[in-house]
Amino acid sequence: MGCLADFAPETPEGLMHELSICQSLLDIVLDTARKNDATRVSRVNVEIGELRGVVPDSLTFYFEFLTKDTMAEGAELHIDIVPARKRCRTCGAMHLDEGDGVRCPLCQSTDAELVMGMELQIRDIEVE
Amino acid sequence: MTRIIEVMTDILQANETTAADNRQLLAKYGVTTINMMSSPGAGKTTLIERTIEALAGSMRVGVIEGDIETTRDAERLDKYDVPVVQINTRSTCHLNATMVRLALEKIDLSGVDLLIVENVGNLVCPAEFQIGEDAKVVVLSVTEGDEKPLKYPAMFRASTAMVINKTDLVPYTNFSLAEARANAHRVNEELRIIEVSCATGEGIDQWVAWLTSLRRRRKD
Repeated sequence: MGCLADFAPETPEGLMHELSICQSLLDIVLDTARKNDATRVSRVNVEIGELRGVVPDSLTFYFEFLTKDTMAEGAELHIDIVPARKRCRTCGAMHLDEGDGVRCPLCQSTDAELVMGMELQIRDIEVE
Repeated sequence: MTRIIEVMTDILQANETTAADNRQLLAKYGVTTINMMSSPGAGKTTLIERTIEALAGSMRVGVIEGDIETTRDAERLDKYDVPVVQINTRSTCHLNATMVRLALEKIDLSGVDLLIVENVGNLVCPAEFQIGEDAKVVVLSVTEGDEKPLKYPAMFRASTAMVINKTDLVPYTNFSLAEARANAHRVNEELRIIEVSCATGEGIDQWVAWLTSLRRRRKD
């Protein structure tokens, strides 16, 4: 038997995940701007980890599209890609994550944890 | 006058807040939840069928089916005596925490031990969105090729376990199980890998053992 239910939730979502991410980004930007009595947003600085799988061009495309008729229309979306970094669990040194079997340049250990490269955050915004 | 306002906020914070609410709700009812992801046709629904059969009498299973369109997957599971809710995302390529939240309200959680959420078939986008799960599981089928973990690293990095399905087809393809394992461990060295064939039933006992240990760990 089972209890079958079908529904299509009404959520402000779109086709690609960059559109969903961009909508969340803009919600936070506009909310922050309003709380700070701004009338215009001129720049948004975001940090995206290189391992996050987010396409910057796609984000920029949706940003232009979604900001139309908002106080962030025409704002520049500046994206900094954060390189992946590992911290060696043996000696504590930070090193680049170059993938496959990467060794700590100081102590040669392969035991490391990922500490950077998964960011997806708004650093700051410039408003008038 | 131009001012700079520091924000330092995670962009997916709203989704993550809802996911945390879901996690709390599921914990209250003692439900262990897995978010099952794969490309289309890897065999997620068939794996769920085998799982329901194998766990009958030991764990009460509930299922949330995510698809862009149709209720076909939920209809396939309708022959089992388990609660099934189908989410149709329409154009959206992934489930998010809000969709899952609405689906949870349609299930009697007190009658569920293990909730399997079958995400939209897509090896990219679902990795970005927490839904309140205890573990993400990626299903990779032999016919897709053993290089997929390198091509779609975000999905394999986000997952706790990988099920390699359709192992009965290995002799008919150039898929190397050793290569698939090595590639997966290159992007996620802690990934638990389980090989199954839903067609022959081989390895399903390993998969069920992993689910049982996950449930035990969550309960402790």
